[in-house]
Amino acid sequence: MARMLPEPTPETRHFWEGCKDGELRLQRCTECTHSYFPPRPFCPKCGSRDVEVYAASGKGFLYSYVINHRPRPDMGTEPHSIAVVELDEGPRLMTNIVGCPQTPEALQLDMKVQVKFEKQTDDISLPLFEPAKG
Amino acid sequence: MKPKSVAVVGAAETTKMGKIPDVSVLGLHADAALNAMKDAGLKPSDIDGVATAGVSPVELAQYLGITPTYADGTSVGGCSFMLHVRHAAAAINAGLAKTILITHGESGRSRVGAGGFGRNASSLMGQFEMPYGVTSPPTMFTIPVLRYMKTYGVTEEDLAMVAVVQREWAARNPRASFKDPITVDDVLNSPMIAWPFRMLMCCLVTDGGGALIVTSADRAKDFPNKPVYVLGTGESVETPMVSQMEDFNSSKAFRVSGKKAFDEAGIKHADVDHLMIYDAFAHLPLYGLEDLGFCKPGEAKDFVRERNTAIGGKLPMNTNGGGLSYMHSGMYGMYALMESVRQMRGTAAAQVEGAKISVCQGVGGMFAAAGTVIFGNEA
Repeated sequence: MARMLPEPTPETRHFWEGCKDGELRLQRCTECTHSYFPPRPFCPKCGSRDVEVYAASGKGFLYSYVINHRPRPDMGTEPHSIAVVELDEGPRLMTNIVGCPQTPEALQLDMKVQVKFEKQTDDISLPLFEPAKG
Repeated sequence: MKPKSVAVVGAAETTKMGKIPDVSVLGLHADAALNAMKDAGLKPSDIDGVATAGVSPVELAQYLGITPTYADGTSVGGCSFMLHVRHAAAAINAGLAKTILITHGESGRSRVGAGGFGRNASSLMGQFEMPYGVTSPPTMFTIPVLRYMKTYGVTEEDLAMVAVVQREWAARNPRASFKDPITVDDVLNSPMIAWPFRMLMCCLVTDGGGALIVTSADRAKDFPNKPVYVLGTGESVETPMVSQMEDFNSSKAFRVSGKKAFDEAGIKHADVDHLMIYDAFAHLPLYGLEDLGFCKPGEAKDFVRERNTAIGGKLPMNTNGGGLSYMHSGMYGMYALMESVRQMRGTAAAQVEGAKISVCQGVGGMFAAAGTVIFGNEA
């Protein structure tokens, strides 16, 4: 069963194009410098339309998660994490932590993680995260 | 809203509760509405305002034969009915309508006439949460909790205790779905749903409904039952995506809504005799106790463990057994309101003797929205 995938809108297309190109693209306000997510063509803090897209570091830490023991049919049969990562730039986003056992012992809150793009189709790559190396 | 300017004069749940395979969603709305009208001694032609969520107020009005001058279709999840009470109070005070019917009905378990679960892959949630495997509330509402547990040293046992205490209340309610006592070990040995949440930390999925009738306080004494006055109300919304909550240790919508209601009612926490906090999952009462100001941040776990919310405690909470043990059709807020009204009328199955003020806190979505209604039984 094919994984449920996002359908980008004009306001979010830069983010998904970035994922395809191996770049985690955030936005920030050029007036108040606030970095934010999810994408939108204005600053949610000050309302300014003067915003820019930039490439984030792709680094952050594990903020919170659950381990879903009843996976959705398109997510396989094994328990897996559904996590929220706080990026070094400030915003948080939902993701899956991959590249480590899906257990409470392996998934420690505050552990450093880095983005790993996983190609799903020609149009969509998902920004997953794995434990930071080194 | 001026405190005590409006009152609940009709309140009733559906005739049956739990598993109702022979009634559709719209039928559950109607059954609850007819029961509430009977409770108030009213006919559909006496109702001039309607409010509901799940179905449209248009469907409801036409089905019941009501010609309203006020219709509220606010639909922000399980606390929609708290918002309906709030809007009804404002509408009555503004002269938009005199007698407003608020209904809920949901075939959560049997799914009769319930439609499907829609998903929109281009919505923000569809783009930025659904691809990671979230399925339903058990994998979304629970997302902030490990952070909350780490921040305040909350344990799995603490979460389990919430379910244990509520089951004790449910045992006193003949209509509760689950009445048999449970222990912390029972909760911790129940099947894993989404770590750290076990089955007994998650709400039921049942069928049912409820309805309220609200009118101005000056008319309220003319009805068969003891009026239950609205002292204060609050509402707020935060985010459709739980991953974007500002603070995983606290709900901003709870804080804003609760403060508004307390300010409006002009009461202190010590004045509150009875409390309902929408408990779709075991962590919600803990967040609610803290965000409404009954406990300091991080102290709700001790407050519950020390049995303050249990039978005989100083702040009886979720006295129907809650969404964890009484019933949960999907949008539980109406049942919390029903229990507050019963407690204020003095007719609850597990009645809190002498209770004069009840606070009823609802949540919508996954910490997406909140609604608060504070009731009193003295004019």
